[in-house]
Amino acid sequence: MWNYEKRLQYPVNITQTNPKMAQVIISQFGGPDGELSASMRYISQRYTMSDKRVQGVLTDIGTEELAHMEIVSAIIYQLTKNLTPEEIKASGFDKYYVDHTLALWPQAAGGIPFNACEFQSKGDSITDLFEDMAAEQKARTTYDNILRLVKDPEVADPIRFLREREVVHFQRFGEANREDCNKSERTKYNH
Amino acid sequence: MMNVPMNQQQLFTWINEISFACNDIVLYLDTHPDDEEAMNYFNHYSEMRRKALKTYEEHYGPLTIDTAAPATGKWYWSTQKWPWEGGMC
Repeated sequence: MWNYEKRLQYPVNITQTNPKMAQVIISQFGGPDGELSASMRYISQRYTMSDKRVQGVLTDIGTEELAHMEIVSAIIYQLTKNLTPEEIKASGFDKYYVDHTLALWPQAAGGIPFNACEFQSKGDSITDLFEDMAAEQKARTTYDNILRLVKDPEVADPIRFLREREVVHFQRFGEANREDCNKSERTKYNH
Repeated sequence: MMNVPMNQQQLFTWINEISFACNDIVLYLDTHPDDEEAMNYFNHYSEMRRKALKTYEEHYGPLTIDTAAPATGKWYWSTQKWPWEGGMC
């Protein structure tokens, strides 16, 4: 069961719209290494994970990823708020606008829709945890790429927070992987 | 009802029931924010839920992160069964 908290995990207060930037950042909403993929990956994998503590890590990180999806969405929303048709045309945002107006829709920067093929849920604890560690690094790289393209401090600040969380999650999954290798009978049996 | 001692299963069922009452009335209140009767209903069950979750944590372990801080100094959040493993659910 989940409950919603009416707050962002990290504040987003963007005063200058920038639809070009939004089109890049939207990849971390619905793209291959985005927050939606991350959350669905961990929340799907946790049922067959072989250790209760690791099930906990997947539950809690999967939950935090939903909060990150909310931060990314808030950034995109504020970057595209109240755009004029001229601004939409000039920025190349018209291709998104024609289908979604200014609503949030999960897609990659290149326009590819969110797809569950972006992640795996394999039912093998070691396999899944290595996928999770790789996923955190891929997301970190994406945030690094975004930070090379974004210069507005109001945007870069929450992006830096999200990047840092990828590093923390990578650490936690690494520990989960070691706990799992050492302690779980089921995993020993399977490998 | 909270004055009658309950066993773990009874307390758990009670939490499920009053939590559902909260979830359900929240949906109604979202579109009827001025309904005083509904608000009283929410307050009543929400307060019972808060107390029941605290009681449950003290006796059997945490069901929410806000009741996960154990007086015993042991972290039960990830060491007790998860709901899909037949932990209380």
